[in-house]
Amino acid sequence: MILGIDTSLGTSVAVVGSDGVVHAEVSRADPLGHAEVIGTLIETALANAADGTTGAGAPGPIEVTHVAVGMGPGPFTGLRVGIAAARAFALGRGLPVIAVPSHDAAALAVVLAAPFADAPRFAVVTDARRREFAFSVYDGLDDDALPIRVAGPSLTPRDHTDAALAALGAERRDTTAISAAMIGLAAGRAHAVGRVLSGPEPLYLRPPDVTLPTAPKRVGT
Amino acid sequence: MSDAAPLVLGIETSCDETGIGIVRGRTLLSNTIASSMDEHARYGGVVPEVAARAHLEALQPAIEAAVAEAGIRLDELDAVAVTSGPGLAGALMVGVGAAKGLSVSLGKPLYAVNHLVGHIAADLLTGDDVEYPTVALLVSGGHTSLLLVRDLVTDVEMLGETMDDAAGEAFDKIARILGLPYPGGPEIDRVAASGDRDAIRFPRGLSRASDMATRRYDFSFSGVKTAVARWVEQHEDEGVDIADVAASFREAVVDVLVTKALDACARHDVPRLLLGGGVIANRRLRDVALERAAAAGVAVRIPPLSLCTDNGAMIAALASELIRSGRPESTLDFGADSTLPVTEIQVGVGE
Ligand SMILES: [Zn+2]
Repeated sequence: MILGIDTSLGTSVAVVGSDGVVHAEVSRADPLGHAEVIGTLIETALANAADGTTGAGAPGPIEVTHVAVGMGPGPFTGLRVGIAAARAFALGRGLPVIAVPSHDAAALAVVLAAPFADAPRFAVVTDARRREFAFSVYDGLDDDALPIRVAGPSLTPRDHTDAALAALGAERRDTTAISAAMIGLAAGRAHAVGRVLSGPEPLYLRPPDVTLPTAPKRVGT
Repeated sequence: MSDAAPLVLGIETSCDETGIGIVRGRTLLSNTIASSMDEHARYGGVVPEVAARAHLEALQPAIEAAVAEAGIRLDELDAVAVTSGPGLAGALMVGVGAAKGLSVSLGKPLYAVNHLVGHIAADLLTGDDVEYPTVALLVSGGHTSLLLVRDLVTDVEMLGETMDDAAGEAFDKIARILGLPYPGGPEIDRVAASGDRDAIRFPRGLSRASDMATRRYDFSFSGVKTAVARWVEQHEDEGVDIADVAASFREAVVDVLVTKALDACARHDVPRLLLGGGVIANRRLRDVALERAAAAGVAVRIPPLSLCTDNGAMIAALASELIRSGRPESTLDFGADSTLPVTEIQVGVGE
């Protein structure tokens, strides 16, 4: 089973079978407070999966084989909490970590919500703070049943978002929550065919906010 | 769990050092530190976002290195410990996230603890018998605090702290004024070696009689910083002797630190002073403290520098003491608290 974690927007933790069945998913929408809730959510997701609470499986011990984690984009401070927790959880049990762009999970959710529709090209749009949005453009699923990302993730000023998406021919899908179950599902599909969806670096999209020092200010007399 | 000598892994990410320590009781098994100091050098100070990014990168390799050095397996741990605060919020949160992930993964208790009290606990790892009460002077780039420790796990009182910059920051800023690189502490120390520390009388912050009534144990370094900058400006035409300025500045800082620490010892009738924090690397500070303490009949303890700078071993050591004294684990819902008061030795303690 795959333990999925995402803290790119709210905090979401899920347990997903290698067959794609979701055994548990618990989430908090709060865009802050990731550090406070992450431990309890992991514990609860594992307990719910073991209890068979969702009805997706018989009660029984859960053997986690992989940890999947959303790499953003998202506000950095919260994003790192989930990645740090995922890596440490994996380290504790000697498990591999599968990194997933968080927008890929959102795109998978969009497509799976209407699996038989001929979905138009669309853009997952999430809050990037500082009057900017992060977006990624998708165009259907590939042969591995993973969303095809044709542009992004990139940042755009809020006021320019519609124009940017129109230029890319993409319908706008504002997203306020990333599902850890979709993180786990995307990870499982990628892992099954040996594909890597993301590198180990979070998708920061922005350099650290620093200014190089200038000469010391004069204090005068 | 072995309550007498619990095996604890500590995670410390409050500033720019990613510290992973492993202790068994009061025995140090590993003190692994990955520093992002070099990345901050070009900015002349610690940049919180740069530090937080570096913590995330360094954590997993640092845990693996610590476990290898200690010669243990993670599933043998009795507990995981982590700094909840005080410190840089974004940096602290990386450690908190990792500690929770590790604790739940292993099914082992988690102890969330206070960074400053951790500095005091570092002393236990020296292998010496440590006696309380003691006054503790903790000086680094992130904090300058004077504490009265009656009991490590139950009774730590903040006597005073800096009202503006930490002493380490003051060294960094003066180094910049003098055209010296970051970090400033070692540079000032190096340059000051050939200077006359009595050449210039720089102000001692919060040391006037009126301050003694209200801010007796607090520190302020903004005044001396401004005085140094002004002095350099006024004398730049005739050429500034950097060595004299550095030595005189250092003397002003050291004087006020040691004077207030020994005053606290005297007023609280505590003949023991513990020094901690990265600025303790400053040779002059150690020398003056030892010399004046000896004259005052105060015994000074200075742990090895690797235990004075921010590290995970001190966090593990504090948790180990909490376990030894029968404290229950922290609940899982604590967060990072950048201004955690020193009276909260352990965080996430159920009501
Ligand atoms: Zn410190």
